[in-house]
Amino acid sequence: MPMDVMTGNSAQAYGAKLARAEVVAAYPITPQTTVVEKLADLVASGEMKSQYIKVESEHSAMAACIAASATGARAYTATAAHGLALMHEMLIWAAGSRLPIVMGNINRAMAPPWSVWADYQDSIAERDTGWMQFYCQNNQEVLDTVIQAYKVAENHDILLPAMVMEDAFYLSHTFEPVDVPPQKDVDDFLPPYDPPIKLDVDNPVGLWALVPPDHYMEFRFKIAKAMEDSRKVIQEVDEEWEKKFGRSHGGLVERYRMEDADAAIIAAGTMSSTARVAVDNMRDKGKKVGLARLRVFRPFPYEEIRQIAKEVDSIGVLDRSYTFGHGGAFYTETAGALYQAPERPHVKNYVIGIGGRDIPPKEIEGILEKVLSKEDGGEVEWWGLRTSGSREVN
Amino acid sequence: MAKLTIPQEELMSSGHIGCLGCGATLAMRYLLKALGKRTMVTIPAGCIAIMSGIYPRSFLKVPLLDVAFETTAASASGIRAALDAKGIKDVYVVGFGGDGGTADIGIQALSGTAERGDNIIYVMYDNEAYMNTGIQRSSATPFGAWTTTTPVGTTGDFKKRPKKNMVEIMVAHDIPYAATASVSYPEDFVKKVQKAKDMDGTKFFHVFSPCPTGWRFSPEMTIQMGVLAYQTTVFPMYEVENGVYRVTKKPAKRKPVTEYLKLQGRFKHLDDETIEIIQKNVDKNWEMLLAKAEFTKKYAE
Ligand SMILES: Cc1ncc(C[n+]2csc(CCOP(=O)(O)OP(=O)(O)O)c2C)c(N)n1
Ligand code: SF4
Repeated sequence: MPMDVMTGNSAQAYGAKLARAEVVAAYPITPQTTVVEKLADLVASGEMKSQYIKVESEHSAMAACIAASATGARAYTATAAHGLALMHEMLIWAAGSRLPIVMGNINRAMAPPWSVWADYQDSIAERDTGWMQFYCQNNQEVLDTVIQAYKVAENHDILLPAMVMEDAFYLSHTFEPVDVPPQKDVDDFLPPYDPPIKLDVDNPVGLWALVPPDHYMEFRFKIAKAMEDSRKVIQEVDEEWEKKFGRSHGGLVERYRMEDADAAIIAAGTMSSTARVAVDNMRDKGKKVGLARLRVFRPFPYEEIRQIAKEVDSIGVLDRSYTFGHGGAFYTETAGALYQAPERPHVKNYVIGIGGRDIPPKEIEGILEKVLSKEDGGEVEWWGLRTSGSREVN
Repeated sequence: MAKLTIPQEELMSSGHIGCLGCGATLAMRYLLKALGKRTMVTIPAGCIAIMSGIYPRSFLKVPLLDVAFETTAASASGIRAALDAKGIKDVYVVGFGGDGGTADIGIQALSGTAERGDNIIYVMYDNEAYMNTGIQRSSATPFGAWTTTTPVGTTGDFKKRPKKNMVEIMVAHDIPYAATASVSYPEDFVKKVQKAKDMDGTKFFHVFSPCPTGWRFSPEMTIQMGVLAYQTTVFPMYEVENGVYRVTKKPAKRKPVTEYLKLQGRFKHLDDETIEIIQKNVDKNWEMLLAKAEFTKKYAE
C-alpha cells in the first residue's frame, strides 16, 4: 500500500478534508499552527471545498463553528492549550446545543510559566464540557479518528461534539507514514451531515431560549445519556472502520500484552508507544506486564477498566496532567470506576511527562517494576522530578 | 386611509415578554419588516434573549439562534459560512445585540466580522445600559446618567465618560454601510435597511431604543423619547456609505437637551452646570457630523 509521510497536524487537516468539513473556523496557536496553515493551503488550492473563516480568536472560532453547525454544515476547528481554555464557555455551548463539531486539540501545557510542550492539562480541564475526547498515539490514528469522530458525533442518538487529541511535537510536528484513504471510501463510510433540526427559513425554529427548572434537567440528562450511549457507537464505528480500511484503533481501550498479565499500566497518547517498548523489555525478562491504552477518556470506559481490574493484581495509572487537589484525572477516574468493581487491585498514580518532559522506556520500566511489586509509598507519585533526587512522593 | 410606507407583514409575534413600551422590540419588528421572511437572526444574552418567553416558544417567525453574550457577530459569520457552503444566497443573516453585547463584550468578535467583511447585517439596539441584568452602565451609557453601577450616591458618582461612538468604530473598519436609526422613525430605519441589505459585506445599524424601565420614564413616552433625542440631536440620524457621511433627517430647529433630559429619572440628579457640559458636547458632535458630511460628500459615487 502506498503511504504518505506526514505530520500529525497534516493528518488532522487531511482528516477534516476527507470528512468534507464544510465550514472551518480557526485561530493559530503553537503547536496547532500547521493545521490551520495546511487547511488554508488545501482550500486555496481548491482541493478542499470549505468556507474557511479566519476568525480573530478561538472563542469566535468555536462560536462560528456552533452557528455553522446549527445551520446544517459540518464544522471543524483545531486549537491547543490557551486557545482551548479561551473556548471553554463555547465548548459547553456546543455540547449543550448537541452539535457534532469535531475539533483537533494539540495537547500542550498551560502557562504560566510558558510552555509549548505536551501535556494534557488543557483537555483534561475541559472534561466536563460534554465533549467526547479521543487521545491518539500516532498520525494514522489522528487522521482516522477525525473521520470516525464525525461518524460517532453525527449519529442521531449521540449528537455530541468530539475532540481529537495529539501530543504537541511528538505527533504534531513529527513525520510518520500515513495511509490516506481514497475519498470515495471515506464518502461511503461517512454520509453527509443530516441534522434532525437546523436553522432553515422554510421551517423556522427558535433554538436555545430560556428553559426553566421544570425542563432544564432533562436537557442535561439527555446529554449524559448520549455520552453513555456513545461508548457503543465508538466501538461500532471503529469496528466498521477496521472492516473497511483494515485497521482498528482499539475502540475505547486498546490492550497490549494483557494476556496472563499480573500488572498493567494505563496510559494514553504517545507515551503508550513508549510503554509498549517497556512492556516488551519487561516481558523479555519474564515479567508479566501489560498495557491498557486509554484511547477515549470521555466517555470514560469504566467497563473496560473493571475488566482489566479482574485480570491483574496491580495497576499503575500514568497521567500526563494533574488535578491540583488529588492526583491525575486518569487515576481518579480509574479509581472511581474500580470502587464499584467486585475485585479491586492495587492502584497507584504516576504523574509523568508534564510540560513535555521526556519519557524514555526505562522510566516506564521503572514504574512497571514498582507496579509489579505493589510498592506502596503513597497513592500519587510525581515521577522524574528534578527536585529531591528523582522523585517526590505525596 | 393613509398609504402605509413600511411593509405590513409581521415577522415578530405579538405577546413578547419585554416591558411595556420597550423600544428594543420595535427595533426587531421594523428590521424584520424591512428584510422579510428569508432572514435568519442570531441574538446574544440581553433583554432580546428573553422576548420569546420560555421554552419552547419563539417570538420570531424566522429562524432564531440564541448565542453566548459576546458571540453575536462571530455566530452571524458562522451562519453565513454555512449558507455559503450550501450555496444558499438569498437569505439575510442578522446579528442583533444590545449595546453591552455589541460595544463592550462583543466588540472583538464584531471587529473580526467587519474586518473580514462577512456578508451580514449587524444591529445594535441601544438602550444605553445592561438592562437585562438590572441597569448597569455600559460603554454606551451617556455622560451624566445614573445606572445601578453609577449610582450617583452622595459623591455625584454618575457616568463620567461620554458614550462610545460605535458608528465611528465601524466606519473605521471600512465597511460599506453604517447608519444610525431610531424606533421613533420607522420609515427612516426601514429605508436604510432596504438600501443596505443587498450590499456585500458587513452592514451596521445603531438603533436608538428607549427603555422606560432603565431610563425611568413612563412607558407611553417611548416614541416621544426618540423624537426628542432626534430633535435635540442627542441622537442624530445619519448614514455612512463607503465613508461618505449623510445626515438623513435634520431637525428644523434644534431643541435644548434639557427637554430630553428632564423627562428621564436617570438624569434627575444633574445640575445646570453638568447639563451645560452635555449641551456643549451635543453641539460639538452635531457640528462635527455636519462637517464630516460636508467634507466627505465629494467622495460620493
Ligand atoms: C459572558 C457573560 N457575562 C455576563 C453575562 C450576563 N449578562 C447577560 S445580559 C447582560 C447585559 C446585556 O446588556 P446589553 O447587551 O446592553 O442588552 P440589554 O440587556 O440592555 O438589552 C449581561 C451582563 C453573560 N450572559 N455572559
Ligand atoms: S428593560 Fe428596557 S430594553 Fe429591557 S425589556 Fe424592559 S424596556 Fe425593553
